Amino acid sequence: MTLSQRLRDIDWIDVWLWVFRVVIILGVVIGITRKLFFGAGTTYDSSDWIDFFISGLSQGGLYALIALGYTMVYGVLFMINFAHGEFFMSGAMASTYLIASTLAASGFINEQPILYLVLVTVAAVLTSMGVSLLTERIAYRPLRRAPRLVPLITAIGASFFWQYIFRGLFGSAVKAFPVPTILEGRVNVFGLDFLKVRLIVIIVSILALIGLYLFVQKTKTGKSIRAVAEDKDVAALMGIDVDRAIATTFAIGAMMAGIAAVLWGLVFKQVIFSMGFVPGIKAFTAAVLGGIGSIPGAALGGFFLGVIEAVGPPLILEGLGAPGAHQLKDVTAFLLLVLVLIFRPQGIIGERLAEKKA
Amino acid sequence: MTTMLELNDVHAYYGKIHALKGISLNVAKGEIVTLIGGNGAGKTTTLRTICALMRPTSGAAMLNGENLSNYKASQLAAKGVAMVPEGRGVFSRMTVLENLEMGAYHRNDKAGILEDIEHIYALFPRLKERRGQVSGTLSGGEQQMLAMGRAMMSRPSLLLLDEPSMGLAPVLVEAIFSTVEEINRQGTTILLVEQNALMALQIASRGYVLQTGEIVLSDSARALQRNAMVQKVYLGIE
Ligand SMILES: Nc1ncnc2c1ncn2[C@@H]1O[C@H](COP(=O)(O)OP(=O)(O)O)[C@@H](O)[C@H]1O
Ligand SMILES: [Mg+2]
Repeated sequence: MTLSQRLRDIDWIDVWLWVFRVVIILGVVIGITRKLFFGAGTTYDSSDWIDFFISGLSQGGLYALIALGYTMVYGVLFMINFAHGEFFMSGAMASTYLIASTLAASGFINEQPILYLVLVTVAAVLTSMGVSLLTERIAYRPLRRAPRLVPLITAIGASFFWQYIFRGLFGSAVKAFPVPTILEGRVNVFGLDFLKVRLIVIIVSILALIGLYLFVQKTKTGKSIRAVAEDKDVAALMGIDVDRAIATTFAIGAMMAGIAAVLWGLVFKQVIFSMGFVPGIKAFTAAVLGGIGSIPGAALGGFFLGVIEAVGPPLILEGLGAPGAHQLKDVTAFLLLVLVLIFRPQGIIGERLAEKKA
Repeated sequence: MTTMLELNDVHAYYGKIHALKGISLNVAKGEIVTLIGGNGAGKTTTLRTICALMRPTSGAAMLNGENLSNYKASQLAAKGVAMVPEGRGVFSRMTVLENLEMGAYHRNDKAGILEDIEHIYALFPRLKERRGQVSGTLSGGEQQMLAMGRAMMSRPSLLLLDEPSMGLAPVLVEAIFSTVEEINRQGTTILLVEQNALMALQIASRGYVLQTGEIVLSDSARALQRNAMVQKVYLGIE
């Protein structure tokens, strides 16, 4: 074989991917080394690192809760429901404007903080579920047999639709989400110092994830959803109402988004009609990271993304001398998405997207 | 004999493809009837129309005198119709036990369901050994047993089988077919779709021969076994 023949046999995309891999790995190693051993950038003590990690975990819990909606709908319909971020937004907006601000103005919020949180959560969950069921029934169900691009574009349209509906209903200003005073400040558990709301987010999201997993694995309805995800015709022959199972899937995903909406309010203390976009994209990233279609994958992907986003910039980017590294959370998240799509498209524990039947 | 299933001049299309060109057949209560035909003859399409997974463009499938087009596929299990689909159609990411439970989805009698699961385990001891296993990891024969067991879990009065012998070793085919006979003896009416005419005609009482969407022959199984055309085309006898 002559040299020119050999050169022609080389797949240049592979070469590029290898170079890319090496650059990434070198970057990570150099960044961490410079940070930890040569004190590049700001100096953090161990309590700072624990803080980064805990805030990452709690942010990850939020991503995980939202990611479930993407992954479950993908599981039954093989469709990316880009309107899911709006299900989250609608719950946050409606519960804040209709319930939370009224209860805060009357002082109920601090007289009965637990009841307050329950009422706000019920309002958020019901709104998210209602919006999701309407979207499924009106926008998606008629397109069940259309080519895959059609529902995808419809989903983007539905996303705009709900944003403008909620803007029309409640206006475009930022609105404060009232947080009960007992949830302000920090608490010490097992020698670790938590912001109270962060701790609540971590606990509630883990409980909700476990609850959902048990529901899907153990209950008759959960099993019918899994059957529909595998084969709609055969599921129908078993007597399963496929339309109903799909609607239930949407409702459960939206319920998780509604819970996430309240937790989000507790952490960030404000809502706005456009708030669904970034968390939606991040949660979608988390679902792809974990392996879209897989419920444990979405949970894992969510926490993984949250932690990488929080710890990655100070640990790796500052070590590389990036200016204002703490503002590069989103860059880190999407870089991670690109890396996963290139090197492990099936996600951490998922099956390959391309091999899934349509 | 009372007619259980009756197809009257059923036509069905996939887009422009005329897959069924006026199928008429009937199955009496308690019978095993076989529908034989080569690849692409329209056997699966016939079963899909019976199960309301497809709508006939004209003609009707009647079950005990009721037009099946008035029902959704998901309502048929409760009407006593069960199907073992082509390629078995087990839920591969669910366990053996979960697949059997899905077969009883429309039922609410917990005790009866548990009893029937034991009954299926007695019929197919292999399934009992593997009850906790994810069914995608079963062998082809085991998956066929599971698909049949799952169909039986709905306590069907009419069982539709789509090429149960497909891809199985001859020993397994014998076992599957004798189970089909056993199921029939216990009172279930059977419509058996097969390319394996030799085996199908041995257990059936009557048969229909389907070619490119049309019934070209119908007779008792014994007469079909002796029919020159059937011998040549489907039994490989010159
Ligand atoms: N999903 C489909 N789309 C278009 N044509 C189909 C489809 N399924 C089957 N057909 C056509 O319909 C005819 C009958 O198919 P089928 O009922 O599957 O035959 P069999 O089960 O006897 O092998 C064939 O010509 C086949 O190509
Ligand atoms: Mg077929």
